[in-house]
Amino acid sequence: MTETKRRELFPGVWLRTVHTDKFKSAYLSLTLLTPLDRETAGANALVPYVLRRGTAAHPDMESLSAALDELYGGAVEPAVRKKGETQCVGFVASFLDDAYALHGEKILESAAALLGELLLSPYTWEGAFCPDYTEGEKANLIDRIRAQVNDKRTYALQRLTREMCRYEAFGVDKLGDEETVAAVTPQSLWARYQDLLSTARVEVYYCGSADPDRVEAALRAALAGLPVNGDREDPDCEVRLTAGPEPRLVEESMDVTQGKLALGFRTGGQTCWEPDYPAFTVMNAIFGGTTLSKLFLNVREKLSLCYYASSAMEKMKGLILVSSGIEFDKFQTARDEILAQLEAIRRGEIEDWELEGARHTLMGGHLATLDDQGRQEEFWLGQAAAGLDTTIEELCAQFEGVTKEQVARSAQRLELDTVYFLKGKEA
Amino acid sequence: MEKLEFARVGETMYREKLDNGLTVFVFPKPEFQKGYAFFATNYGGMDMRFCLDGTWHDTPAGVAHYLEHKMFDTKEGNALQELAANGASPNAFTSNAITGYYFESTEKFEENLRILLSFVSVPYFTKESVDKEQGIIGQEIGMIEDDPDWKVIMNLMAALYRNHPVRVSVAGSVESISHITADTLYACHKAFYDPANMVLCVAGPVDPARICEVAREILPRQAGPIAAKDYGPREEPRVASPLAEERMEVSTPIFQLGYKGDPAHTGEDRLRQQLVGELALEVLLGNSTPLYARLYREGLINQSFSYGYESYPGCAFLCAGGESRDPERVRDAVAAEAARIGREGVDSPLWERVKKGVYGNKVRGLNSFENLCVGQAQAFFAGVDYLHFAGLFDQITKGEAEALIAAWVTGERTALSVVRPKGA
Repeated sequence: MTETKRRELFPGVWLRTVHTDKFKSAYLSLTLLTPLDRETAGANALVPYVLRRGTAAHPDMESLSAALDELYGGAVEPAVRKKGETQCVGFVASFLDDAYALHGEKILESAAALLGELLLSPYTWEGAFCPDYTEGEKANLIDRIRAQVNDKRTYALQRLTREMCRYEAFGVDKLGDEETVAAVTPQSLWARYQDLLSTARVEVYYCGSADPDRVEAALRAALAGLPVNGDREDPDCEVRLTAGPEPRLVEESMDVTQGKLALGFRTGGQTCWEPDYPAFTVMNAIFGGTTLSKLFLNVREKLSLCYYASSAMEKMKGLILVSSGIEFDKFQTARDEILAQLEAIRRGEIEDWELEGARHTLMGGHLATLDDQGRQEEFWLGQAAAGLDTTIEELCAQFEGVTKEQVARSAQRLELDTVYFLKGKEA
Repeated sequence: MEKLEFARVGETMYREKLDNGLTVFVFPKPEFQKGYAFFATNYGGMDMRFCLDGTWHDTPAGVAHYLEHKMFDTKEGNALQELAANGASPNAFTSNAITGYYFESTEKFEENLRILLSFVSVPYFTKESVDKEQGIIGQEIGMIEDDPDWKVIMNLMAALYRNHPVRVSVAGSVESISHITADTLYACHKAFYDPANMVLCVAGPVDPARICEVAREILPRQAGPIAAKDYGPREEPRVASPLAEERMEVSTPIFQLGYKGDPAHTGEDRLRQQLVGELALEVLLGNSTPLYARLYREGLINQSFSYGYESYPGCAFLCAGGESRDPERVRDAVAAEAARIGREGVDSPLWERVKKGVYGNKVRGLNSFENLCVGQAQAFFAGVDYLHFAGLFDQITKGEAEALIAAWVTGERTALSVVRPKGA
């Protein structure tokens, strides 16, 4: 039996509890939600990494690791995510559920206290973050930003959104950029951290076997040190309805053996807040969201034009992003074929099995989320950032009624905005 | 069916060996939405040379993986789409030692299980479809060859091993796969896809008896012959080459350090060596060691650092790697720490903590049906039960970990693989 609840711990500080005993672990997360902004993104992304280096009571990673080992190998990871135009920074943590402790120890309270300590009682140096930790994590973050180029599939999508949304907050990467990170000092980071603590919306998440009241008590105690502010900011997201008059082409060359082609569409205002969201979701699944999709079956399997071809939706920003891996000389053919598949949906050329397959895959995927603590947390953080309360079960029910006509209409509203092509270096 | 309780970790496992030789394991999980089925053969990328009906066969690198791709073809069409149309998420993988086919679904589980068992046991290849696959797998090979994380591991394997086939890429090369024909695939299927060489593991809201009934109904009635495998002469402890370097489009150097171990025996010994290997890594360079803290503080490793114990038939090794500005210094620091442990032993409070931590991590890992089913399949092929770790764990001593470090983390058993940025 699973029960989901949401309650406000302090003004602007929310707790979502999922009460279930089906897992071996308790999953906890603590997230600060703040507007994505070119000026602050790098420093915001740095904050959880510097906090994770040490606290007043556990001043280095060795003593933190020792504390986690005592809690049966609990894991606390810094997390930096992007939900629409909201940057989400904080920690995700997983601990052994109390039921499996070898000597009947209560792990939840100690785990919550440790998370609170990480967020609120950092190891400091002359009234700011310690220079060692700040410099070390700056270097790591810059490495991480540079390393984004290593995975070409993700890199191509990142470059596409950066180009497509270069005048919008969405074009800012969740990790910020090298220049702003390099400029951070222990003092400026401290100021940013204090600002986040007092102005950002806070989302706390728990999934495990403990009673919600016990969870609330543990987290109230752990977060009692948060500054009180009755006016913490709410997340927001700008939605552009249309693309420019002509799709923009951005090309880049690198020493790679396989080309990457990515296409970005505006959705004409179709987002998770609109009543047509279920149809929009089903449309994306039919287009390129599953292994039954038109992109997968036709562009990849039937025509062998690429190794992979798929589409993904940005439900808050109102975007569809298509990603594919191709031979360099297939650029035009693959691009044309991807667009031809979209045209087919627009004309309503959708087989019954395509619609049913997409519906079942979507429902299966959503329901399976209930079986995975990490995915469930991700879902609820997305809902929190969007200000929505719809449950997974409710979403599944909405997919039931979607018709082919609605899917075709949804596809008709897509407008190609930007094309990104990563090709090889001229020999 | 035989019922086994692993009370300490809250698991129940059912086991039955069918008349055709297939062993079935079921983990009932009534409170979950999804069911997961994993159907695997004890045949992977390493098994290129084998003997069937008295004849030795040498097959091209990449054939097990190629076969995996083509198994989804059925007389009626494609099993991948059939499963997807039923709302299942199907997939497959080929590792060095096994090939596994699986799906996860929240509805029509039995129907999907029938499809899985049927397409994996009934081969259907045509010349056209086998030829066409050359292009698709060629692209896949191109893609992984661009992947520095893959490259750095393959180079490490080739540095550690002189002739053991674990050093050959599971996917093969564009050249090696060009020799694969429909006949090659039929021969390999016959040699290794017999129920007696396979295992079925299921977790989810299912009835164990029904799973066995479906398996009996779909699969062949009788066991057939199973091929004998050959991995070449036994490897000596010394690595083939202490250093492997390559340049690629990466921002920071990435590295993998490898320590060549002794192959594990089968049965409980294999599981024991795995636990000792994992604990040895934790006390040598794990997240709560002084060495890790120092390397991290000095900027020699970062969050990407990870480590593990790996074992396959005929080989076992420790590895550790990630991004580093100076991988040679990481290697030397680990060597110095191993020498210090050799002199002073592992700190007792560290040992106790780490044991508690590793135990909790392993139990948390059981949340994943994939871990449970793939773990049990691999353990079964090695002659042990995966969940047996919970009982064995207490018995592992600090002395065993120290002995493993002393024996394996030595100069002659160490190899370092580095991928450096171009033009740096």
